[in-house]
Amino acid sequence: MSSLNKSSFFQIFLSYLPTIILFLSVFNEFDFNYLRIENFSFNFVHILIFYWTLRNPNFLSYLSIFLAGLINDVVIGIPIGISSFCYLLICSVTAYIRNITLSPSFINDWLSFLFIILLINSIQILILDLIYLYEVNYINYLINSGFTFIFYPIFFFIFNYLNQKIIIQQND
Amino acid sequence: MAVGRDHFVIAFRSAFLKKRDKQRFSLLTLIFLSIIVIILGNFNFKAINFIKLGINEVIYRTSFIVSMPENYIKKGNIHIKEHINLYDDYKNKEKEIKRLKQQKLSNDYLILENKRLRDLINESINSEEIFAKVLIDKESPYLKSIVLNKGSKDKIKIGMAVIDGIYLVGQVIEVNYTNSRVLLLSDLNSKIPALIEPLGIQAVVSGTGKNHGEIEYTKEKYKDEINSNEMIVYTSGLGGLFKPGMPVGKINSDIKNDIVFFSDFSQLDYVKVVSYIIGSNK
Repeated sequence: MSSLNKSSFFQIFLSYLPTIILFLSVFNEFDFNYLRIENFSFNFVHILIFYWTLRNPNFLSYLSIFLAGLINDVVIGIPIGISSFCYLLICSVTAYIRNITLSPSFINDWLSFLFIILLINSIQILILDLIYLYEVNYINYLINSGFTFIFYPIFFFIFNYLNQKIIIQQND
Repeated sequence: MAVGRDHFVIAFRSAFLKKRDKQRFSLLTLIFLSIIVIILGNFNFKAINFIKLGINEVIYRTSFIVSMPENYIKKGNIHIKEHINLYDDYKNKEKEIKRLKQQKLSNDYLILENKRLRDLINESINSEEIFAKVLIDKESPYLKSIVLNKGSKDKIKIGMAVIDGIYLVGQVIEVNYTNSRVLLLSDLNSKIPALIEPLGIQAVVSGTGKNHGEIEYTKEKYKDEINSNEMIVYTSGLGGLFKPGMPVGKINSDIKNDIVFFSDFSQLDYVKVVSYIIGSNK
């Protein structure tokens, strides 16, 4: 196990893990965004992008986020470019928070996350509803935003563990 | 105040314009790029359409491959459940077959009578059927659609009806070279002209974004009549796209406006894509 931990392949794999999870989430049919449970859904990709671009942007490049957005649009069938734009807006907020914050705090991150998911879901509704004339269910968006916000702490601790593991591996 | 503004400007410039060690593009470049993609996606230029088709082809196929392990697990789970319920299912099916055999006799007569009546008024309904496999059924809370493995090379066209067995499930809304996207009846943007039988009320069936549909645009006096347990919704054929009489769903007796679709959209594996030519025999 210790030899596995020290192998360069494992180190590379760990450093690409956030990107792999991101692409699997957008490509795969299984989606937390649609769990076939009445009035329950959350956007795992938003949490993933927010956490990694805020805490360790070196492991999730903006280009891969842009491409993941394009893929997500094609797979779920909404006009191409919308998800990329929303994902990059998350990145811009996290980049700004990183620049103005000296000591990161979980509560501040969590509240910023609420602001950004409400902002990007509003933008998505505006684009789909007003420009493309898609009929969208506002309640679904609101429920999705609410659960995404509530689930952030759980994934925060999982990703934090992973992040520490990656940093330890990189420094070994 | 000026210092505060300077801090904001520095933080803003650093966030948007500066490239980090492992970032190949600045954030602002990519945001502009995504806005350009959104705007270009709106234009109907040949070059853009070709690029869109190419992207769709590659992503649909990749998504199908990536989803393979998950689909095997899903199918395995369904097989196990079927084996567990085998005996009960067998007994229920036996009863159903008995009932259907009786019903078939009267249906055969009605089919022949219907054919004779159509011949009398010189009306014919011809159809072209194409069988397709469902590549992706990743639903989102915003759009209910599936992707099929047949496209323009198999003569699939926008607007064709998609049926599961005899039940209508949706219509084709996007066609690529080797695949196409189908908007399911459950999608909020799906609206089809329908006939509610046995009352014979014309209505519009709309998706709700959930697993059921609802009746729209029916006069209040008719809405009160829709309360029987045996209300079946068929296509009326008024739009000219679908054949009249395709079963869509059953009206939920508890909630008058709700339609429970006959087909389970989450279990679609193979479907038929059909185009109808409704016209005169002359």
